[in-house]
Amino acid sequence: MNAWLAIAVATAIAFGTKVAGHLVPAGVLERPRVRRVTGALPVALLAALVVTQTATGAGGSLVVDARLAAVAVAAVALLLRAPFLLVVVLGALTAAVLRAAGFA
Amino acid sequence: MTDPPGPVAPADRRPVARQGLSVGLATGAYGISFGALAVAAGFDVWQACALSLLMFTGGSQFAFVGIVASGGLAAAPSAIAASSMLGIRNGLYALELTHLLGVRGVRRLLAAHLTIDESTAVAVAQPDAPRARLGFWVAGLSVFVLWNLTTLAGALVGNAIGDPRTYGLDAAACAAFTALLWPRLRSRDAVAVAVLGGLVALLLSPALPPGIPVVVASLAALLALRAPRATANPDRAAA
Repeated sequence: MNAWLAIAVATAIAFGTKVAGHLVPAGVLERPRVRRVTGALPVALLAALVVTQTATGAGGSLVVDARLAAVAVAAVALLLRAPFLLVVVLGALTAAVLRAAGFA
Repeated sequence: MTDPPGPVAPADRRPVARQGLSVGLATGAYGISFGALAVAAGFDVWQACALSLLMFTGGSQFAFVGIVASGGLAAAPSAIAASSMLGIRNGLYALELTHLLGVRGVRRLLAAHLTIDESTAVAVAQPDAPRARLGFWVAGLSVFVLWNLTTLAGALVGNAIGDPRTYGLDAAACAAFTALLWPRLRSRDAVAVAVLGGLVALLLSPALPPGIPVVVASLAALLALRAPRATANPDRAAA
């Protein structure tokens, strides 16, 4: 798929979702069971993204490398209530330093 | 902007505006990481900026470029699916915001575009509707302006530094997803959904093309259908 086409489709859906929420009268989506599932969606997706971005390599095989150390450092930073940007920078630094030192 | 923020007393206006602006600053700053990651994933500077201008919902943008980073454009359908599912919550925010904001026409479309985690959080934290409206617009507009400026800066920096792995940019994506997930792990049920989602994605990754395991893992959200954990209820036991 062409990059611009992918961007166009994804951004149209993102905007359409927001507009729909502003236009559609509240109904089905207000049901508590539906709300619980839609509320849990970001959690499931983000957890899956953390795992696949961190621990898989070419062909989706399990890989343990500098990225795992980076996530561990990020988690500690989050425990200590570090702001988003600092967490991201610490993650990048961890991997960069480990790689420069030839560890991973 | 001519939208009257409503009858907010001048003395009340400043704290709300300050809150909205500080949220804008904090969130806008991490547009740098988005811009850098987008070009590391293979998008050009224009495409990185288009994503921030037009999609304008951080989690979805990170998911979109993250999946393309690992699977290339062949994984674009999964990237679209994942970013769209992450964007569903904006639709839910909109349901709550729309009667609070009371806007029509073009302004309603603008309000829709600015409907994201941060603008909603600032709006619903206010004690009354006029302050909620002011908070929504200040937070939404300041995040929008800063997010787009910093995306451009990040994309230019990312372009200049060459191999993203040398600087740990691939690991920065992992850290970004961890930071986006973290504040959502407040309940035991949320942790259960996260563990199941992560496990499903990990087990499916060797067997399926990049991106698809993430989309399938979204089914873990169905765990939330279980009745809320039953707490000991002596009344019911007695009845």
